[in-house]
Amino acid sequence: MNTSTAKAHMDIPQPLRKSRLRNPGWFLVSPSVGLLLLWMIVPLGMTVYFSLIRYNLLYPGENQFVGLENYTYFLTDSGFLPGATNTLLLVGSVLLISVVFGVLISALLEASEFFGRGIVRVLLISPFFIMPTVGALIWKNLIFHPVSGILAALWRVFGAQPVDWLAHYPLLSIIIIVSWQWLPFAILILMTAMQSLDQEQKEAARLDGAGPVAIFWHLTLPHLARPIAVVVMIETIFLLSVFAEIFTTTNGGPGYASTNLAYLIYNQALVQFDVGMASAGGLIAVIIANIAAIILVRMIGKNLTDKP
Amino acid sequence: MTLTLKQSRRLQSVLLGTLAWAIAILIFFPIFWMVLTSFKTEIDAFATPPQFFFTPTLENYLHIQERSDYFHFAWNSVVISFSATLLCMLIAVPAAYSMAFYETQRTKRTLLWMLSTKMLPPVGVLMPIYLLAKSFGLLDTRLALIVIYTLINLPIVVWMIYTYFKDIPKDILEAARLDGATLWQEMVRVLLPISKGGLASTLLLSLILCWNEAFWSLNLTSSQAAPLTALIASYSSPEGLFWAKLSAVSTLACAPILIFGWISQKQLVRGLSFGAVK
Repeated sequence: MNTSTAKAHMDIPQPLRKSRLRNPGWFLVSPSVGLLLLWMIVPLGMTVYFSLIRYNLLYPGENQFVGLENYTYFLTDSGFLPGATNTLLLVGSVLLISVVFGVLISALLEASEFFGRGIVRVLLISPFFIMPTVGALIWKNLIFHPVSGILAALWRVFGAQPVDWLAHYPLLSIIIIVSWQWLPFAILILMTAMQSLDQEQKEAARLDGAGPVAIFWHLTLPHLARPIAVVVMIETIFLLSVFAEIFTTTNGGPGYASTNLAYLIYNQALVQFDVGMASAGGLIAVIIANIAAIILVRMIGKNLTDKP
Repeated sequence: MTLTLKQSRRLQSVLLGTLAWAIAILIFFPIFWMVLTSFKTEIDAFATPPQFFFTPTLENYLHIQERSDYFHFAWNSVVISFSATLLCMLIAVPAAYSMAFYETQRTKRTLLWMLSTKMLPPVGVLMPIYLLAKSFGLLDTRLALIVIYTLINLPIVVWMIYTYFKDIPKDILEAARLDGATLWQEMVRVLLPISKGGLASTLLLSLILCWNEAFWSLNLTSSQAAPLTALIASYSSPEGLFWAKLSAVSTLACAPILIFGWISQKQLVRGLSFGAVK
């Protein structure tokens, strides 16, 4: 800005300035809001409707109103309880792993200057950019495979019997795969956050005799509150609907051992063609997600919108 | 033997560095192994113990096209990702502009509400979307995926652009307005040039998300419009030994996005963290 415009701007009488600043907002925002509103209301409305009728694509024309029957069927389905538990376990463990290891690994990277730190950064964040279907298939065929996988070879080196990971520890295997994809995201965010920590403050604390652990606990961690909130928020959004990783590895099995709600509903809908029950399940998933969302927004929403 | 302070600092740095390298190699290993496997023959790929040293071959890459029609799927990925991203930016930029520069009491609530639509698990609306697509004849078309990707990425894209716009001093825009610029000129001539870095990284993130999306692409496409995610998922049912070829296809499918990601990691962080991290 040159000085003349800045000056002109000072000289403008108040009312004129005000009218020029009149909010053109609503018509610029409305396409976004409108589309998102449509995207939410139309399909959700249809889901509510479908969930109240009998609707199976294999038996067309029998669409009578059945009240809450679909819900009771879904909630008492033998897959519901494992599905809900697995969803929570998956989200919880991956969040825990990515936050804890994310903090530790980024602290490690920040702790000292060493050879090839740039390359280490790049290697660490790479899995985040890999397609979920690709990630899952690499783990399934090249790492976990009981005959030719890397882990099997490693087990044999130590004289142990190779483990068929996906068959015997299906949920754990999927947690490992999904963590592998999302830990890099946490590292990416937290590492950058740590770089912005005031070095002088750290130096001052050190001169006052604070040890590295005390500095980490009282200075670094509080500084990371906001970025951690962001990591938890974004990851929860994506983790609640993990699908491709299960679809390409275990197909939810054996039994329901690695079925989450997303996969269970997909199974009802596009494998058994029970639209009614799948819709009821979908709504239950939406309710669970919303409970999580409300809790999260309560906890960290302030962290997200307020400038530090 | 006692170490001087300098020596112990150096030792510490070497130890921490080694640990960091070890972790990085461990995390990167699956990707490295995929790329390595893509240069093996199928027999080497299945060998026990796994082969680290072998005679590399380009055979897998040469056979990809005839075995899987790779370019058909890749072209779908390109068309879908770019169209959805551009459409999304067109809708999001005006919204972010008005929210960043004409903030009202409702703005923050609107932003959080937008983000909350992302909390809607896709399975919740799988059936209606599937049936709507079916009745409009849009099953297995690129258009269906373009529309859906635009909508699912819209909240994140609006947030990101909003974050970048927030950092631009309002005075610059006011000055342009006082010089008689219309809203359109203000956006195109003033705002877009200043924020091109931010817009570019938003574009990249949206491309990455579209390219890797694997719920709608697996459920709404079968062959005509199927992108790379679907091609790769079709390899999940074992029909003999083709891991070297699977690795080659996967390497090709991931390489562009991985390189994009490496180049833009710094800018991505700012946008992805909604400005919480700079």
